[in-house]
Amino acid sequence: MSPAGNADRVSTWSLRVSVRAGSFNLEADVRGDLDPVVLIGPNGSGKTTLLRVISGAYLPFGGRIRVGERVLYDSRRQVCLAPEERRVGYVPQGYGLFPHLTVLENVAFGRSSSRMRNHRRDRRAAAAAILAEMECGHLSGRRPGTLSGGEKQRVALARALLPDPDMLLLDEPLAAMDAAARRDFRAYLAAHLADRRVPAIVVTHDPRDVQALGTPVVYALEGGRVAQSGPPEALATAPATDFVSEFFREGNGTGQQAR
Amino acid sequence: MRKPLWRGLSGRGGFLVAVPMLAILAVPLIALAGASSPADIAAGTRHPLFGPALWLSARSTVAALAVIVLAGTPLAWWMAGPSRHRFRIVEVLVDLPIVIPPAVMGIALLQTFGQSGVFGPALSSFGIDVPFTTTAVVMAQVVVAAPFYIQAAATAFRAVDEDLLIVARTLGQSPTGAFFRVAVPLALPGMVAGAALSWARALGEFGATLIFAGNFIGSTQTMPLAIYTALESDTRVAVALALVLAAASALLLVPLRAVPALAQAPRRHRDR
Repeated sequence: MSPAGNADRVSTWSLRVSVRAGSFNLEADVRGDLDPVVLIGPNGSGKTTLLRVISGAYLPFGGRIRVGERVLYDSRRQVCLAPEERRVGYVPQGYGLFPHLTVLENVAFGRSSSRMRNHRRDRRAAAAAILAEMECGHLSGRRPGTLSGGEKQRVALARALLPDPDMLLLDEPLAAMDAAARRDFRAYLAAHLADRRVPAIVVTHDPRDVQALGTPVVYALEGGRVAQSGPPEALATAPATDFVSEFFREGNGTGQQAR
Repeated sequence: MRKPLWRGLSGRGGFLVAVPMLAILAVPLIALAGASSPADIAAGTRHPLFGPALWLSARSTVAALAVIVLAGTPLAWWMAGPSRHRFRIVEVLVDLPIVIPPAVMGIALLQTFGQSGVFGPALSSFGIDVPFTTTAVVMAQVVVAAPFYIQAAATAFRAVDEDLLIVARTLGQSPTGAFFRVAVPLALPGMVAGAALSWARALGEFGATLIFAGNFIGSTQTMPLAIYTALESDTRVAVALALVLAAASALLLVPLRAVPALAQAPRRHRDR
C-alpha cells in the first residue's frame, strides 16, 4: 500500500542550524535516514522551535538543512525555501486540525494548493482513500471538535501524509492522549512510519515511544544544545545528563507517567 | 472565595442597585418609541427631508464600510502579527479616533483636505474639492468608525492558532492562501461583529460630518443631520427619522450579539 517515491527521492537528511530568538539561542546538528529520529528534552529546550525552523515557519540565524538531494535552507548560499516549497509535513502539538473544515476537507487541504492542485473530486477521492487506508474513513464527515484525541492525531497524520512529503515532523504526537489511546496510537504510528519509509522527527516525553518506534538514534536537546545523541540503549546505559538519566529511568517501570 | 460576595450582589438586592442605570439607558428609548402615533410616523416619512437623508445614509455607510473592511483588514492582520515594540504606536494611532471627539476629527479632516489644509490646495489644482461633498461624508464616517472594526478584527486574528497557519503553509498554501483559507474563516465571526459595530457607528456619525461635510440635503445631509435640521421645523419628522435610525441600528445588534456565540462553538474541544 505504501506509495513508492519517497524511497527513491530521500534516503538521508541532515541539518545544522543556529537560531537566535531574543535571549534564547539554539544550536542543533541532527541527521538521520529513513528510520524515525526521536527528539527528547525538557520544556523550553527548543524542540518545537527546531521543528518550526525545519518547516520553514521560523527563519534560523544560520546553517544548512538538507532533505535527500534537496537543500531547503543554506545561509551561505542564500537558499531559503518557503514552507510551501519544502515538502515537509508538520503535525504540531494539539494536532493543528482546521476547526472550520470537516475531516475530509482537512485531509484534502494539502491537495488544494498550487503545487498539487487537483480537481475537487480527485482531491476528495485522494483524501478519502488515505483516510480509509489509515482506518479513519468513518470520520470523514465529522468536525475535528467532535473527535477524540487519538482520532484527531490519526487524521492529522493522514493529512500530513497526503501530499507525499519528503519528511515528517511530529511534535509530541502522543502527549494529549489518555493511556489507552496512547498505546494504540504508538503502535499505529510505528507501523505507518515503517510502512511508508518517510523520514521523521518525533518529539516525545515518553521512553516507551522510543522503544515502540524502533528508532536507531535519539537526540536529547537541553537549553538549546544537543546534550547527547546516539542509540537509545547507549543513552539509557550511559546518560550524559540528569534529564537523559531520568527520561530512561521512567520507562523502566517506576510507574511515573511521562507526559 | 469571591463567589459568595459576588452572589450577594447579583441577587434580588443587586438587581435593585442595578435598576437606576438600566432606567437611564432604557427610558429614553421607550419614550421615543411611545411618543408618536403611527400616523405621525407616516407623515414624517413623507416629509421631503426623509427620503434623501435615508438614501444618503444608506449609500454613504455602505461605502464607508467597504473602505473600512478593505483597508482595515490588512492593518488588523499586521497588528495581530508578532508583536514588536514599535507596533505600540500603531495601536495608539488606531485607538485615538475612538477617544477623540468627532468634532475634533472633523476639524482635523478640514485641516487636511480643506482650502487651507495640507493636501487641499494640491487637490484643488486637479479640480478635486473634498470638503462639503458626499466623499467627505464617507471620509468622516471612515475615520470615526474604522477603529471599531480594526480592533475587533485584530483581536479575532490574534486568536487564530499560529500552528494552524504553519500547517497550512506546509500543506502548500502561500501566505495569502493561508490567510484566506484559514485565518479569515476562523476570524470571520469577530470580523463580522466588528463590521456591525463600525457600521452602527458610521450610521450615527454627526459631529465630524457636520464640520467636514456640512449639512446639504441630498449630498451631505445624513439621517442624524436631518434629525437635527427637522427638529427646528417639525418635531414629528425628527421623531420619525429617529425611530427609523434606531430600528436600523438595533438590527445591527443582531450580528453583534449572535456572532460571538458562534465564534466560541468550534473552539470547544471535547478533550480539553
